[in-house]
Amino acid sequence: MTESNNMLEIKGLTIHYVTDDGVVRAVNDLNIAIGRGESIGLVGETGAGKTTTALGILKLVPNPPGKIIDGEIFLDGEDIIKKSEPEMRKIRGNKVSMIFQDPMTSLNPVMTVRDQIAEVILLHEKMPAAKALEKAEEMLMKVGIMPDRAKDYPHQFSGGMRQRVVIAIALACSPELLIADEPTTALDVTIQAQVLELMKNLKEEFNTSMIMITHDLGIVAEICDKVAVMYAGSVVEYADKLELFKNPKHPYTIGLFNSIPDIGNDVESLKPIKGLMPDPMNLPTGCPFHPRCDKAKPECSEKIPAGYDIGNNHIVKCILFNQ
Amino acid sequence: MIYVRDNKKYSTDPDRLRCKLFGYATKTVGDKILSNVKVGTGIIPSIKKKSMFSVILRTVIKSKTAFAGLIIILLLILSAIFANVIAPPVFDDRLGDYLPSWSRQDLNNRFQQPNMEFWFGTDNFGRDIFARVIHGSRISLQVGAIAVSISAAIGVMLGAISGFYGGRCDNVLMRILDMALAIPNILLAIAIAAALGPGLINVMIAVGIGGIPGYARIVRGSVMSVKEQEFVEAAKSSGATDATLIFRHILPNCMSPVIVTMTMGLGSAILAAAGLAFIGLGVSPPSPEWGAMLSDGRRFMREFLPMVVFPGGAIALVVLGFNMFGDGLRDALDPRLNQR
Repeated sequence: MTESNNMLEIKGLTIHYVTDDGVVRAVNDLNIAIGRGESIGLVGETGAGKTTTALGILKLVPNPPGKIIDGEIFLDGEDIIKKSEPEMRKIRGNKVSMIFQDPMTSLNPVMTVRDQIAEVILLHEKMPAAKALEKAEEMLMKVGIMPDRAKDYPHQFSGGMRQRVVIAIALACSPELLIADEPTTALDVTIQAQVLELMKNLKEEFNTSMIMITHDLGIVAEICDKVAVMYAGSVVEYADKLELFKNPKHPYTIGLFNSIPDIGNDVESLKPIKGLMPDPMNLPTGCPFHPRCDKAKPECSEKIPAGYDIGNNHIVKCILFNQ
Repeated sequence: MIYVRDNKKYSTDPDRLRCKLFGYATKTVGDKILSNVKVGTGIIPSIKKKSMFSVILRTVIKSKTAFAGLIIILLLILSAIFANVIAPPVFDDRLGDYLPSWSRQDLNNRFQQPNMEFWFGTDNFGRDIFARVIHGSRISLQVGAIAVSISAAIGVMLGAISGFYGGRCDNVLMRILDMALAIPNILLAIAIAAALGPGLINVMIAVGIGGIPGYARIVRGSVMSVKEQEFVEAAKSSGATDATLIFRHILPNCMSPVIVTMTMGLGSAILAAAGLAFIGLGVSPPSPEWGAMLSDGRRFMREFLPMVVFPGGAIALVVLGFNMFGDGLRDALDPRLNQR
């Protein structure tokens, strides 16, 4: 793969939070590549570093305490780690935009939704305010909100409609990359389906690449092309969606699938992964998963495994696949 | 046609209808229900959305004291606007010209008790006290409004910068403001007024500067809590500059305590201005400033009360009005006391 094919390429990204109690190693040596128009699912437990990765791509990791220690993030072939703050502002919302988890809190309560959409447009495109407002109403229509609600405030909308507004804001400048941080967690199931459907359609319409952060494998199956499974701050398995769902390799991924109830297979009890996610302040040596792994070998605790390509662009970060 | 949904009747008047959802159409003859049909695209009425302003206004009006305060404030504003209508210029026979009612002296009519011609009586120069009190409301309102604007504008800016950037900038700014806060407000105003000399504008500046630290503290606290909220991060992630973040996203969400403080502050600014005028540091004597009138009347207090009672009463009433209204406004704006 050459760089020009990839919208985004993250190499060896490491983000630490330096606190008084110690160093939280939130993201460790993370590698992902996303092609144009492709969507990738970032799956993992709470605290696996998914959101920190997303903030890292926007260079919005709260500093202090957060700090990007190492790594390169190529957006369109340019390393954004080296970019200055004004340059980053031009990227945020314009080339890369983000949808936050909770639509209840991610809209400004004292601005009408139309103004909030128009604001993003005005930040990035030179046009008269009246035209921006018109475009904002157009965006609202695209996400299925009639323009007669445009002058309403966020508190007058339901959760699902607010998330639609958030999506409209995120897509207002036709970004090349959309980061969705658990966009449907705060919504109920029927609304989830609507919002996902909407995102899928708009993604195709705008030809946007997407990073979908979630812990719901169902959403991944619905919307993504590729999946990256994260554990303790790094990607442990990375593959095409079908490949991963049919043929999971990493013991953690297998454990994840075993933790989901399956209606076709009547089992008495689910098989949860034993133990807990390690404390990111005190990660185990070697493979971070080895204390919980059934197939752990003595050497697992000695060195961090590299990512092994087992064919079909299926990368597994586990010593078992070192041929 | 009438739709019935949840046992409530709704007309199909398009003004009251907004979104089309499911509903039940009921056909009735008298009390007898003929059919109750579920319609796929029934109609629900638009939810009447109350604007924040009307909610606040209703809460304020519901409280008797706040409403009384509002009336007093409205009276003050009206008397300031229509001072020349309420107390028009008087024709002076000796000069053959119209003179402002508040400054026209009539030495034959000194120390008149309140009567039909002079409602509040006349003072030691034979000036109409009623006209002076009415015209004084202009000065008081002007001083109050401008002084509060000065302190709010500067205080909000300092508080926003200090709260938003935090760190060293916050520390330096806040310590300086702490020093100012350690000096009692009126003392600070006296010192500044003494340094600047008497005069209307100087009073405004003196009273205004005294109020800055209070606003800065309030705003700093609100900014610090609002800037942690997710919508600020969302705005940041869409490329907003610091100025956009502060002025469009954070400050508008910090306004309710500032509005309450400004309302209360108007009362105390008027009081402070009157106090300065009383000790001779404020507006110079011929103007009908309430504090200055009080100061003039003090000499005749034992023999002639009206010169003290009416300007003093005006000050007390106005300050009371602003405080009662401010209290009501605080209750209306405080989400914890939300009983709408």
